[in-house]
This record gives sequence, structure tokens and C-alpha cells, in this order.
Amino acid sequence: MAVISYREALRAAMREELKRDDKVVIMGEEVAQFNGAYKVTEGLLKEFGPKRIVDTPISEAGFIGLGIGASMLGIRPVMELMFWSFSYVAFDQIVNNAGNIRYMSGGLINCPIVIRGPANGGTNVGATHSHTPEAILASHPGIKVVCPATPYDAKGLLKAAIRDNDPVYVMENTILYNDKGEVPDEDYIVPLGVADVKRIGTDLTIVAHGRAVITSLKAAEILEKEHGVSVEVVDLRSIRPLDEETILASVRKTHRALLVEENKPFCGVDAQVAYLIQSKAFDELDAPIHRVSSIDAPQIYCKRMEDQQMPSVDRVVAEALKVLA
Amino acid sequence: MAKPAVLTHPESLKRPAGPSEYAKDPVNASMSKAEKIALYTKMARIRHFEQRCIRIYQQGKIGGFLHLYVGQEAVAAGTISLLGKNDHIITGYRDHGHGLMVGMGMNECMAELTGRVTGCSQGKGGSMHYFAPDKNYWGGHGIVGGQAPLGTGLAYAVKYMGLKGSCFVYMGDGAVNQGAVHEAYNLASLWDLPVIFVVENNGYSMGTSQERSTAHPGCLAKRAEGYNMAWDVINGHDVYEVRAKTALALKRAHEESKPTVLEIFTYRYFGHSMADPDKTYRDKEEIKEYRDKKDPVLAYEQELLREKVLTAELSLQINEAAMAEADKAAIFADESPDPTVADITKHIYWEEDNRGPKTTSRGTIIFE
Amino acid sequence: MAEIIDMPKLSDTMSVGTLVKWNIKEGQVVAFGDILAEVETDKATMELSCTVPGTILKIFAPAGQQLPVGAPICAIGKKGEAAPEAAAAPAPKAPKTAVPAIPEKAEVSCVPAAPASSGSVTPQSDASRTKASPYAKRMAEKAALNVAALSGSGPGGRVVGRDVAAAASAPAASAPSGPLNVAVAPPADGKGIQPDADVPVGGMRQTIARRLLESKITVPHFYLEVEVDAAPLMAMRESLNKRLAETGADAIKLSVNDFILKASAEALRRVPAVNASWAGTSIRTHGAVHLSFGVALEDGLVTPVIRDAHAKTLKDIAIEAKALIGKARSKKLTPSEMSGSTFTVTNLGMFGVTGFFGIINVPNAAILSVGATIKKPVVDAQDRLVIGHRMVIGLSGDHRVVDGANAAQFLQALKQLLEEPALMLI
Repeated sequence: MAVISYREALRAAMREELKRDDKVVIMGEEVAQFNGAYKVTEGLLKEFGPKRIVDTPISEAGFIGLGIGASMLGIRPVMELMFWSFSYVAFDQIVNNAGNIRYMSGGLINCPIVIRGPANGGTNVGATHSHTPEAILASHPGIKVVCPATPYDAKGLLKAAIRDNDPVYVMENTILYNDKGEVPDEDYIVPLGVADVKRIGTDLTIVAHGRAVITSLKAAEILEKEHGVSVEVVDLRSIRPLDEETILASVRKTHRALLVEENKPFCGVDAQVAYLIQSKAFDELDAPIHRVSSIDAPQIYCKRMEDQQMPSVDRVVAEALKVLA
Repeated sequence: MAKPAVLTHPESLKRPAGPSEYAKDPVNASMSKAEKIALYTKMARIRHFEQRCIRIYQQGKIGGFLHLYVGQEAVAAGTISLLGKNDHIITGYRDHGHGLMVGMGMNECMAELTGRVTGCSQGKGGSMHYFAPDKNYWGGHGIVGGQAPLGTGLAYAVKYMGLKGSCFVYMGDGAVNQGAVHEAYNLASLWDLPVIFVVENNGYSMGTSQERSTAHPGCLAKRAEGYNMAWDVINGHDVYEVRAKTALALKRAHEESKPTVLEIFTYRYFGHSMADPDKTYRDKEEIKEYRDKKDPVLAYEQELLREKVLTAELSLQINEAAMAEADKAAIFADESPDPTVADITKHIYWEEDNRGPKTTSRGTIIFE
Repeated sequence: MAEIIDMPKLSDTMSVGTLVKWNIKEGQVVAFGDILAEVETDKATMELSCTVPGTILKIFAPAGQQLPVGAPICAIGKKGEAAPEAAAAPAPKAPKTAVPAIPEKAEVSCVPAAPASSGSVTPQSDASRTKASPYAKRMAEKAALNVAALSGSGPGGRVVGRDVAAAASAPAASAPSGPLNVAVAPPADGKGIQPDADVPVGGMRQTIARRLLESKITVPHFYLEVEVDAAPLMAMRESLNKRLAETGADAIKLSVNDFILKASAEALRRVPAVNASWAGTSIRTHGAVHLSFGVALEDGLVTPVIRDAHAKTLKDIAIEAKALIGKARSKKLTPSEMSGSTFTVTNLGMFGVTGFFGIINVPNAAILSVGATIKKPVVDAQDRLVIGHRMVIGLSGDHRVVDGANAAQFLQALKQLLEEPALMLI
């Protein structure tokens, strides 16, 4: 098994699917000639040519709408947003069209598109470039949303997304692009709607997605070594569909839950998870459900403060100890 | 009351409808008698279907919006009558005429308006969302201009698959100011996509005349030059002219894979939608003028009478049959059942509707 | 066929319209699009255009009339056709969406809001409301523990899982004390008289605690005392036991308590008012005497019941009492053997207690408490100082059911029966 980066894993997923299905097209700003703003699509133009790897003008509403329209006729576009923060420019296409066309036609049409790109803060780029819109997108029935935290999950989820006949939005993370991990060479997918217990424990369940998983794993180490607490970390991987059973099984085991997200508090993904746990595992709870979200403000520019705004390892450890009190 | 708009239409529009200058155009002259009668029939059917909808709306059976195509029939009829196997269409919310032209049934269209499960979208779309993908009709869209990138994408797919085809993207004169439309123009021209943008210019975007909404209102199609695209203007009351000029754009799409912007001047007799009292922005005289002197259905009837293709009896028969068909469709809609509560959560995801050995996703996707 | 034109719905919020003005007359020919009338709606005055070409056969609504949407206003048909009758205006259409039924049991929140500054709702300060996690409550229920009696180690004194786990297993060491929160310092030398511990309360003690507290709080107890000359009783007991022993080695041995039980039943026959129960708006008198008596166990006390003691001989009572005591000690008493009594007798004489007053075993009306028989100087009938064998018996009575006089009469009867046991024969 090779040890590759998250970035390379995404690229491998696209390469394999481009080979597998000639209807797959990669589209976005700077994806071809520039080799990708974050080099995720590096080398693909050379390998597959300009018909399959397409540079678009700065025109999100236009090219994402174009991709959706093409998908209605069977093309499978994988569209890159340089930042998911730019999705709001194309919000009408992403939500109203991709999300609703199947429903409004009474099931006659489907839009097998993938939109992928980084959805993260923590990079010192200010409020308009640091959004994590997985919760607001997942709140629309008709849309699927996934958030891989590791190279293995990134490749598996992107492949599953490309093969999925519904719109799937993939939330990546520029900070995770360099993370390395074991990734099989052979063909595999990570099915949507399946969470992963990244660390087994008995005293506390931490539920997280995206980079918050990595933060939580670090916090879990500290909690074990310095506080003698055994922490279980559940990586959602898929936001919609959501693996409710894995979350509930973990809470039934540990009886205490801490939710960690890089979303801002109001109606982030964890608001939905908290409702789920109290509604279906109420009698298992030995403490109220706690949550660590990003501090509720537009993303601050000052780097030292942004690190505090995001859920840091320290904040997760402190909140975990409160849940365990 | 606001000053009525000064419509910057071509000269031919200032004249009452008369013999069409385009009757001899090969694309029209080559039509058989049967084809001409069929074209007239289709226009009459649109007219009577739309008029029958008014009564249903006034009876309170159609909730939401109802945007009528009455007066604009020749635009849909003329353009869609040219479509081939790989030519696709997409439009905004004034979409009944286009649906009937591609061959959707009056029953399913009427039932959709009152939200029945027998409607063309099973009661899930409504007036603004007619779809018939098997007839190359991709909707029926509610957000002004939102359909432009979608249609450009349909054309992209046709080209990607190496087919000789096109996509007609219909929109109103109000849509040309939307950003999405400009982005679509740019992409279509930049990538040489076989898109035919049809601006159905009826002079008013809701209650705002062109003069009040559009900088450089003289001619909307001319904006195509800013995108290095071909363009043309058409008198939309003359179905022959619509056919003749559209045929050229279609040829450009098929043979050169290049886009065109067509501005088709037309008129609507009723308000923007049924909710529009239609009193604040134009004169009654203006509407009467169009009805009496430039009505496209009447004009084509006259044309075919002149050509001795139609007789007065046949025309009456056709119109009465269309009215009867619309009446029957209204009854069908009335007697049809609603979708059920269980239906609300169907047709959201392809995977959920097609669960089987190939579907791999698990977990909860519809939440309580 | 004629078409009836109804008052149209001209805006999505319109429910009635006023027919301001007719533009046409009966008999007039109209074409599609002709303006028939002007209608005033909630928003504006709109024109009603014709959607059915033909001849106006009849006008139903005069100018100026206000009508609901859907009411007929005119009829259009072929010239010469008979005008149809206007059907009554349809009732305003019920809204299509069903109004959700109001749930039968409305959830009423009784918790008053805290002052605005805190922003959160604080429960009424109520000692009986225990803060316990859902998981702890579930665990406590399974372990038959009363979560309210546990002390909580969670935030804010919340009872959490580990508190229940500790309580359910071996007594935990040095946990903070119970609800009274009295801090008692452990023995300084570390060698105390017993372990400092929180002994979990089992089911029996819970029951005792609950029932006796209820009795003490709700029953107005009063207390009477009588001193009985036990010598005749002791003599009879000795002679009867000798006789019984002759019947076999396993013959029953009569105890003092057996005599007291028999005498109590007989005394109740003579003063039946004491064999009753308070029933709120009435007093329930009981025909049978079901006697319960206390049996001390290692961890508590049970009161088995001898049913129909009034109809049993002294020997029957003795045999049954012995059997019940045996069952009580081996925890084999059935619920029916422990309930349904009408009178209770307790005896601490074997411990040397000279006299006491028990707590009434609700729903009995009284409880008899028997002390030890002791030798003491007494004054006899001839006013001489002699050695007497005296037993002090206490009666606690429920003053709602039994007055002092009744209770005294009962005790008088009992004393008589105990001092002249032969009277129990009649």
C-alpha cells in the first residue's frame, strides 16, 4: 500500500475515474494549464488532454450551471471551486438547479455532478475566503455532502461521488492537502453515509468531520496520556447522507458526547448531530452534549487569533474535561 | 400612471399583419399542406389551453403563479417546429407553450397546474416547471436567467458527445440583465457551443418597460457583439419569419458549432402573471392594437387561408377541437387525485428512487 | 350548454369581491377578452374579462353587491337558450391543508422563568427534584435504587452513572453523606465503632421508611398505657405448655406473645370500634380480625398477618405464628401473608424494654406495644406491699377513628382478659 498525500489521493481518484468513464470531465478555474490552484489536478491535462480537463473563465454561476446542464444529458462533470467560499456566487445553480431539478420534474431527470474544492478556515485569508458551507448545503434535500479528513477517505469518497448519480459536493481542506496516509492502489470506494471510528475509546465520544477530526485525535492523545481518559473519535466522513447508527452506537457505549466542528455554531453540522443524539439516545446520556465550534464571528484575519477562533486542541481538551466532570 | 413604453421594434412591426415576406423562404415553402395545418393547429392549441387556464385560476384552483403565453405563440411554434433529434430546448417560467409544442399532452399539463399526481411533474413542479426530457425539453425554470447556463451546458454535452445538435435557450427581455445570462453568453462564444439564445422580447419585464430597465435599450440582441456572437432580430408575430431566421441560426449551430442570439419581438396580452393587475404600466389601447392587428395565430390563419391550405370551416373545426380538448383536460385535472404525503419524499435522489445492487450509499438521507 | 360565471379569484388573498359596475347587459353578445364588469377586490379594482364567448343569458348579481369568491354572477350561453338558475353560493372553501389537531394532552410547562439576567430557566427550588442524568436514572431503576436518595458527584450535584454504580456495588468509602449533608468527622484514631460508609438502602428498608414516615405524618397518634398483672398469665402458660408437651416432643410451645395475640382478638370482639380503618369520608369497620405482629430480621422488620384470628384457638394462633416467623426469617413470606391486617401487636419484651409506643401500621386504627414482664413492688388488694409481676402495654391510636374512651375501653378489656385468661373462653 502506498503512503500518499491527501492531494495525491484526490488526483488519483480523478485519474482513475477519468479512465473508467469517458463521460467524466474535470472543469474549473486554473485546473488545466495552471495545474490547479492547489495543484490537485496537476498532470491531468497532460495525460487526458483539453477535452477532458477544461479551464473555465472566472464565472462560477456560468460554468457550474453549464456543468449541471451537461449532466442532465449524461456528462459527469467534476467541477472545482477554488474555494467553497466562491460557491455563493453560483448559489442559485448549486441549490436551486442541481438540488431541485429532479424533484420539480417528478423524477424524470437527475444531475450526476460533483463539485469539489477546499472548504476551510485557518489559512489567514480573511472572512470571504474561509467558509465551511457543508451545513447550509446539506440542509437542502436533493444534495449530498461529504467531508474527507484523510487521504484514504479523500480518494474513496471522491470516487464514490463521481459514480453517484446525484449531485455530490466534496468539502476538502487546503491544510489537509499535504497530510500523508496509506492509500490502497487497487480500486475502492468509501460509500456515502458511512462514518468511521478513527479511534476506539470508552469514556467519551467525540464526533467530528473534516479537519476537526485531526484536531480531535490530537486532543484524544492528550486526554489519554495526561488525564487517563479513553476517548472514542467518530469521523462522520459523510454529512448527507448521515451515518446515524455509528454515532448512536458510540454514545451508547461511552454515555458522553462532545461534538467538534470548524463550522460556526448556529446551525452547523453539530446542531443536527446534537438533536439526533438527544432524540435517539436520551437515556444513554450521562451528561449534556457539549460542542466546540469556531468562535461565532466572521473569520478574523490575525493569524494567532484565527488559530484561537478555530477549534484548537486546547479548547477540545478543556471542553472534553467539562463533559467528563 | 407611467408613460407607456416606446417599443423599439423593427419597422415591420409597426404595420398590421399582412402576407408574410417569408412565405417563399425554402424552409417554409418546403412544408407540406399537412405540416402547415399541423403548425396552425399547434398554435391554436396553445392559445386555447392558455385561455382555459385563466378560468381555472379564477376559480382558485391554481395556487402560485401562472404566466400566460397568449400572444407569443409564434415564437415557440416557429422555433420548435424546426427541432431535430439532437436539438434541445430550455426556457424560463412562461413555459406552457413550449411544452405543448414539443408534444406534451394537455391532460398532464393541466393536471400539473392544479398540483395533481397525474401532472407532468406528478404535482411537484407546478406551472413554472414543465419537463419532458424524452422530448428534449429540459424545463420550465423559476429563477430569471438561471436557465441560461443550464442550456449552455446542454449544448456543451451535445458537442462533447460529437453530435450535430443545439440547445435553444429561451428567456424574456428582462433576463438579459442577469449575470448568469452574461456568463452563459461568454462561455457559449468562448467555447464555440451550439446555443441559440432566444430573447422573447414582449416589451416588458413584469411591470418595467425596457426603457426603464435596460441601459442601451435600443436592441437587446446587439449585446451579442460584445461577446463576439452572431445575432438577429425577428418579428415574432409572423411564424414564417420566425422559422426562416431561426433556420439560419440552427444551421450555424449544427455546422459550425457556434452560438447565436435571436431577439424575437412579440407581445403578451395578459399581465406578467395572473397576479399582475396589468394597470400600471401600459394602455388598454396598446393591447387592443396587437390583438386586432398583429395577433400571430390570427395572422397565420389568414396566411393559410390565402394559401388555400385552410378553409374557414377547417379553421373553426380546429379551434373548436382545441377548446374541447382544453375543457376535457380541465375536467381530467379536477378529477385527478393529489399526490400523497408519502410521495413528498420521493423523487429527491436518484439513488433513493433506484435502490439496488449498484447503489452504494447508506445512512440517513431524509431526516425527521 | 350555458356556462355560469362565478365571482373570480383575482388575487391570491381575495375572499370576497364587490361588483362595482356591469359593462354589459342581458342579451348582449360578448367575445373572448371583452370586459364584462369591474370588480373591487381587497387590493384594487380589477376588470373581469370574458373567458366564454356567447350571449349574456342572465345577470345574477346586481351592481354594488358584495359576493364571496365562487358565487355565481352571470350566465353565458347560446342566444335563446334558457337561463340556468343560480345555485347557492358555495360555502367558502375550507382551506386545503388540514389544520393540525390540537393534541388532547397539552404540554403545560409549570416551571416559572428565572429573572431575565440569567437568561436560563431555573427549576423551582424543590428539595424533592433530583438532578440526575438520564443514564443514571435508567441504571438506578434497574438496580432498584432510589436515585433521589443518592448523592451526586456530577456538576451541580447531578447524580451520574458512577454514583449509581458505586451505590449498587459494595458500600463506597468516604462518599459525602446523604441529603441532610451533615459532615461528620471520622474517628480520629482511625479505629471507629463501625466503618464510615454510605450503606445503600435496600427495598425492605425503603418500604419501612416510606410507610412509617407516611404513618407518622398523616395519622394523628395518641398514646394510652396500662399495666397488667402478668402472674395469672404466666401460670396459665406454664400449665398449658406442660400439658402440650405431654402430647409429643414436637408439640407447640405457647409464648407470651401468643396469649397476647389471642387476648387482643378477644378484646377487639368486645370493643370492635378499634378494629376499623380511616377511609377519608367514612370509617371502615372490619368484621374479621386479621392480626399482624412484628418479626425482627437482621436488616429490618416484617409484620406477617394471621388471618381470622378471632376464629382461631390459642393453639392455632401459636402454630401459625411460629410458621410465619420461620417464613419471615427465611424471606419466604408471600405478599398476601404480609398484608391485609386490621390490628398489629409488637413486642419488645424479650429485649427488656419495659414499655413503648409503636407507630401505627396504616390502615390499622391502633397498634399494641408489649413490654417485658418485670418484678416490681406493688400494692395488692389488701393494701399490702408485695412483689408483683407486671407488664406494661402501650396502645397508639389513630384519633380519627378511635377516641380516648374507646381506646381505654379496649385496654381495659385486654387487661381483664390477660389477668383472667379464662374469660377468653366466653
